[in-house]
Amino acid sequence: MRRIGVESVRHILAALSAAILAGPAFAAEPLDGAINMQPAATRIAERVHDFHNVLLVIITAITVLVAGLLAWIIIRYNKKANKVSRKFSHNTTIEVVWTVVPALILVGIAGLSFPNLYYQNVTPNLGQIVATSKQLLADGKSAEHQAFTKNYFPDAAEAGFVNVKIQGNQWNWTYTYADIVDESGLPVEFVSNGLHKGRASDPTDGLRLLSTDYPMVVPADRYIRFYTAAADVIHSWAVPAFSIKVDAIPGRLNEGWFLVKEPGVYYGQCSELCGVDHAYMPIEVRVVPQAQFDAWAELMKAGDFDAAAASVRQIASADAGAKFASN
Amino acid sequence: MPMDEVALDHGHDSHDHKPGFFARWFFSTNHKDIGTLYLIFSLIAGVVGYSLSGLIRWELAEPGIGPMLWIQTTFFGLDGDAAVTAAKHFYNVVITYHGLVMIFFMVMPALIGGFGNWFVPLMIGAPDMAFPRMNNISFWLTVAAFILAILSMTVPGGSAGNGFGGGWTLYPPLSGSTGHPGPSMDLLILSLHTAGIASILGAINFIVTILNMRAPGMTLHKMPLFAWGMLITAVLLLLALPVLAGALTMLLTDRNFGSQFFVPAGGGDPVMFQHLFWFFGHPEVYIMILPAFGIISHIVSTFSKKPIFGYLGMAYAMVSIGVIGFVVWAHHMYTVGMNVDLKAYFVAATMVIAVPTGIKIFSWIATMWGGSIDFKLPMLWAIGFIFLFTVGGVTGVVLANAGVDHALHDTYYVVAHFHYVLSLGAVFGLFAGWYYWFEKMFGIKYNSFLGGLHFWLMFIGSNVLFFPQHFLGLQGMPRRYIDYADGFSTWHYWSSIGYAITLAATLVFFISLAVAFIQRRKATESGNPWGEGATTLEWTLPSPPPFHQYNELPVVNTKGGH
Repeated sequence: MRRIGVESVRHILAALSAAILAGPAFAAEPLDGAINMQPAATRIAERVHDFHNVLLVIITAITVLVAGLLAWIIIRYNKKANKVSRKFSHNTTIEVVWTVVPALILVGIAGLSFPNLYYQNVTPNLGQIVATSKQLLADGKSAEHQAFTKNYFPDAAEAGFVNVKIQGNQWNWTYTYADIVDESGLPVEFVSNGLHKGRASDPTDGLRLLSTDYPMVVPADRYIRFYTAAADVIHSWAVPAFSIKVDAIPGRLNEGWFLVKEPGVYYGQCSELCGVDHAYMPIEVRVVPQAQFDAWAELMKAGDFDAAAASVRQIASADAGAKFASN
Repeated sequence: MPMDEVALDHGHDSHDHKPGFFARWFFSTNHKDIGTLYLIFSLIAGVVGYSLSGLIRWELAEPGIGPMLWIQTTFFGLDGDAAVTAAKHFYNVVITYHGLVMIFFMVMPALIGGFGNWFVPLMIGAPDMAFPRMNNISFWLTVAAFILAILSMTVPGGSAGNGFGGGWTLYPPLSGSTGHPGPSMDLLILSLHTAGIASILGAINFIVTILNMRAPGMTLHKMPLFAWGMLITAVLLLLALPVLAGALTMLLTDRNFGSQFFVPAGGGDPVMFQHLFWFFGHPEVYIMILPAFGIISHIVSTFSKKPIFGYLGMAYAMVSIGVIGFVVWAHHMYTVGMNVDLKAYFVAATMVIAVPTGIKIFSWIATMWGGSIDFKLPMLWAIGFIFLFTVGGVTGVVLANAGVDHALHDTYYVVAHFHYVLSLGAVFGLFAGWYYWFEKMFGIKYNSFLGGLHFWLMFIGSNVLFFPQHFLGLQGMPRRYIDYADGFSTWHYWSSIGYAITLAATLVFFISLAVAFIQRRKATESGNPWGEGATTLEWTLPSPPPFHQYNELPVVNTKGGH
């Protein structure tokens, strides 16, 4: 056996301390022994995590309450401790309480749930974001403006959407950049294959079952709007660090959006059973500074996919990106 | 209703002659014999379904493709990439049939066909089910359905090998001629149609029996909660299964006769299948748990020596779970691209179910409160059920929120959730009922030591098996994956260790079964081994009950009740 108990305990402790310290370092891939979600890379994910943390407290409290009551019953009302059973079978007050209190808790949960759902599910109106931001600044409401910017990103909104069509195929993804058009008027489009297929011929480099040959590349700090489609059967495009999962269904276009502040590599996997190689069509999103993205796009337009992929192998930091642009 | 309020008079012994072996077990019209057949059947199907889950956990114990590949090279003579492809398909087949077998051929036949047939007539004071011959055909259709399902594993599914590997949810186009052109899926549709007919006939039988054949004086509001659970289950079956049958028929004609219900090229929509499937599928999960709710209520009351707390609340909590269960189905489909307002509705409706479920949990606790509790084996399983069902229930509240579900949908978090409510909930309810009624059904006592060992191994094992899957899901581990990124290794390994513990538990269960039938320790003379707490009618009968019971109907004292 490769793993032993002590090692696993170490993993748990590491995960716990990571969760507590929550440093700036991004792990955009599954972390062995971790017990919670991957660090949030989008505002959507941050809000999901915040909400989930509240839920976790509530459900833990309920479970502990039930377990505690059961434990008390086992200690206090076993036949040795309590020789004669009482015969009551009604108590209207308590019945009302345990109907109304859970209902109120659920109303509270719903109050947190709906804004969260609408935030992630409704693609933002960028023009409105810019206008609202300007209005808030003009009115001198800087606190409100700060709160607004936390969820909506006026600077990015000014730059408009980067549109990507994501098509699921058995068993890879086709990414199409409608806004990036080459000389012959065709959009940049490429197929992203997983490097590993569970075969003897699999390469030894890359993250097993996560790395791709041509990753999806998007600029950091920009609104990305994507549409999912499918060529054959249903697939699902999912990136855990973004808290995003949108099915790709034949005959439909599903819409989603995200914005990633931090450049980095974020991994996801197909999340709807799609046949034999369901486990072998990973999603690799390389979020790079705008300048590096533009350089990548130029290479893609020129049809040099390998050079383009090589250009994003190292992700420039935001500062380095500025230098990259000036060169 | 208390036993002392029941007129005990069964003039049965003189004409208690049973038919010969073949006529008795193959042409059975006796509800108890059919119940026993169902229980034997679900034991066999359970072994099949459980073995399939063993293959899953064996494969997932370590990253990489291991045992599945070994099976292909050793038993099917494949090698190289062909073996890898076959292994991947085989894994998909295994998870698909694990789900189908466990749901349609283990949990449903055991809880509904087995305990339902055995104890609904006994508890309501009826001599038999309303339609004994229909009862017989229900059982044998279930057997035929099971054989068809197993056969469908052995004929070509798609290009990658035999069997259907599209998951128990059967989503087209993967289940259509695009994904699985072979005859396997057609056989599977036939199997589920057959199982569906069996269940619908059974449901009609239960509804008619419960509504018309209760003992004099037993109003609906005095009926034991297990009968309540079965009544609601039967209504759910009657309303939900025809929808599944419709969806399956549409799928069948799409596959074979050129219709385009789920084919976008012809104006159809794959998502429509999902709506139809889950309109059946969500009530289905309550179909699997409501009978267990009833069983747990009786056990908790019996061993606490107290009447059920809030009887009417308990009954109507089940009714409302059944009703609301029909209007929450799309929470299984939050990621298909539904309108956001629709999602918000399903979030709200789904969370409402937590209220009646909470009422049940708290009422069980209140039933125990102030009791003089005897922690006999069935009670251990019942308390295990209450705790584990709570764990599975609260993660359901998390998943109900579409915003969070976008992160957790189709991950191991969902797998952990529904195994806590089914594999731990429904199955613990099953074993609770099994030990509670073992002596009543078979006229012999179970072995307490082995039964206790079975419980503790199962309790520890299934928690070690399923609890880490929450962590995997939170980290983003997708469902239905033969292989996983190395970052998921540790908890998958522990999950497989948990399976090994449940395997030990299952072996102990079969040993305890063998020991009980070899020892043949005589059942308690009075027919009631549990004492004053056991107040339902079946305990007024000898163990096992006579071939025909209640030749003179028991009369329930109208002054009694709750």
